[in-house]
Amino acid sequence: MIISQLGHYSLIFGLLTSILIFFNSSIQIKKNDAIISDKTTGLIGFQFFFVFISFISLIYSFLISDFSNETVYNNSHTTKPLFYKITGTWGNHEGSLLLWLLVLTGVLLGFIFKSKNEPKKYRLLTTIFHQIIVIGFFVFVLKTSNPFNEIFPVQTEGLGLNPILQDPALGIHPPILYLGYVGTSIIFSAALASMMSNYVNKIWAKNIKFWILFSWIFLTGGILLGSIWAYYELGWGGFWFWDPVENVSLMPWLSLTALLHCIVTLEKRELLKKWTIVLCIITFALSMVGTFLVRSGILNSVHTFANDPSRGIYILTFLLVLILLSFVIFIIFENKSFTQKSEIFIFSKETAVLINNWFILYFLSVVLIGTIYPIFLDVILDEQISVGPPFYNKLILPFLVPFVIFMSIGPSMKWIKTNFRIGIKSLLVIIFTLILSFITVYYIGEKNILILLLFIGFIYLLLKSLDQLRQKTKNFAQIFSHIGFSLLLISILLNSFLSKEIIKNIQVGESFFLKNEKIIFKKIAIEKEKNYESIIGFFEILDEKNKTINLQPEIRIYNEPDMATSEASIKTSLFKDRFITINIIKDQNFFNVRYQHKPFMIWVWISTLIIMLGGLFAIFRKNKEVNI
Amino acid sequence: MYSKKVKLRFVFIVVFLTLIVLTTFIVLKVLKDNVVYFKSPSEINLQSEISEKKIRVGGMVKKDSVIMNNNKINFIITDFKNELYVTFSGTVPNLFEEEKGVVAEGFLNDKKFLVADKILAKHDENYMPPEVKKSLGD
Repeated sequence: MIISQLGHYSLIFGLLTSILIFFNSSIQIKKNDAIISDKTTGLIGFQFFFVFISFISLIYSFLISDFSNETVYNNSHTTKPLFYKITGTWGNHEGSLLLWLLVLTGVLLGFIFKSKNEPKKYRLLTTIFHQIIVIGFFVFVLKTSNPFNEIFPVQTEGLGLNPILQDPALGIHPPILYLGYVGTSIIFSAALASMMSNYVNKIWAKNIKFWILFSWIFLTGGILLGSIWAYYELGWGGFWFWDPVENVSLMPWLSLTALLHCIVTLEKRELLKKWTIVLCIITFALSMVGTFLVRSGILNSVHTFANDPSRGIYILTFLLVLILLSFVIFIIFENKSFTQKSEIFIFSKETAVLINNWFILYFLSVVLIGTIYPIFLDVILDEQISVGPPFYNKLILPFLVPFVIFMSIGPSMKWIKTNFRIGIKSLLVIIFTLILSFITVYYIGEKNILILLLFIGFIYLLLKSLDQLRQKTKNFAQIFSHIGFSLLLISILLNSFLSKEIIKNIQVGESFFLKNEKIIFKKIAIEKEKNYESIIGFFEILDEKNKTINLQPEIRIYNEPDMATSEASIKTSLFKDRFITINIIKDQNFFNVRYQHKPFMIWVWISTLIIMLGGLFAIFRKNKEVNI
Repeated sequence: MYSKKVKLRFVFIVVFLTLIVLTTFIVLKVLKDNVVYFKSPSEINLQSEISEKKIRVGGMVKKDSVIMNNNKINFIITDFKNELYVTFSGTVPNLFEEEKGVVAEGFLNDKKFLVADKILAKHDENYMPPEVKKSLGD
């Protein structure tokens, strides 16, 4: 109780510090000191500290099940395992916003430490812009989503956490995702500040690249965890559903990826200044759009904890204010800070980056339209629609072919000007690609020209990237990310064409076939755990070589809240996942059994990790350069 | 005469704008062909002709209407004014239950009969998809 109070006051202190920092920084800008005073740095540290205290108090309240706290009461229960008591802290609207605030103040502190050698004015302006965002979120949390509201009379038992959120991957998914999502805020503040302080140049690019990579790596990791969770927990054996909630995380990822390529161009050639700044703003705006859509309750998903229109309106207004602010700053400082001396030649890396950006922007618009259009139609015409995978497949797949081909050629282009020559080696790569693609398409038995083209493109990218490993000066970051990306696309494509499934309603003792495999439903067992009861189905799979594989899918019936979840049972191998889920319908004798073959699943995860590894290489390399 | 540079820029702008218009057109066209409309049994009943496109229907699973066999699950969706027979072979979500909200996606055979290929989950006990809530008149 007292700890919960402490958390509340700590938040208020955090907000007050914000105002102090804001004025303190504004005054200092006019002074002629070479460095920013320790006072400002100290205040920023204190601000983070206050939010941190707040966050710890909330975790503590969850740990001791303090049901005088409304958030704890609504989302926790005494019988919940310790790990889920902790992760339950951010498994709800209020707590997740506190986490958002923690990351928001944390990245500013990180920025202040990392930017010690940069111009004073730029650092102060970044602080000021960042404080505008911070204040906005402080007010939002305190006014509409205070995690420390008290309830009276004090309850003896809580309502519990949604069982499908009680899962290890989902426990760490929010913090990782948020580091990526909220990390974009510092890019936004720094972009505005660099424009105002006439600092959009090579050095800025080199320094801000760290934060772009930081956000990009964590966002990739967050999306990966979310997908893995969806794969085994939602029980459909899919990992990406083009659900609006997934789309809102994909959009900032796409624009971050575009930005990543742009910032390198700016770093090396001082080109694309305006475009880079615009991308910085777009990226953060997309993160905010995501927050707005997810938190307002407009989208219906597991992320939508509460339906409260006032929250949506607040975020939307705040977002519009921020966009307007950046727009005004952009217009005012446009001519001052964007002097561009160099020219762009058609056959150069610069052009390749531009083409990359156009494609990514196209993909981004498709996802944006597919996500926003249904909401728009609902609000304006009161018509309910949903946009499914066919829309995205039709609009994205054909364009992936030229995209990956440019992606294969781009890295071997040179800055400024490239002279083309087609050597025997490049011809060999092309021949290999064609042979491999034809074999693959023949193997999966699809007689579709688009599929063939897609495989040609993806395999070409893979071989080209592998080929780059032979070069003398290797860019490991780029090579790894590109290898990962091509592997990801190939695995997804193979997975979607080679997946097989069968769904049957059967009783214990019955069996069925999928191709040459016999699936036998041996028996069921009931086990009682602390906070749920589980019905375990014992299945025996006899594969074509008569080897037995045992799978034990579960149905868990949680007591607080009273709800059932299906736990898939998955047997992973290098080339194929065997995936089984069971379900029951009340008062029916049948078990609804779904058995699937999911080829190359593990490669979807591995390739995403390789993409992230590329990002890590980029950070590591940058540090090395600084040391020299 | 305009200089070569101005001409080039002009061509560039024209090409760029055409591309944008073309893309927008294609995107909207594909969007129109691929959206799935949400209807309640009563709305379907009012339609003069049944569309060949995929639709979503939401309502309540009628009491005692679920019949299962090895391959199929049959049930009735009701909004307490009109009813719709649904036949479905696939996985049911955890919370599929009689007298609970449900959304079925599939093709209409006639005004009273839907062949569903997907039944959508709702995520928790307190929560009902907005569409269902609406079609039941809250």
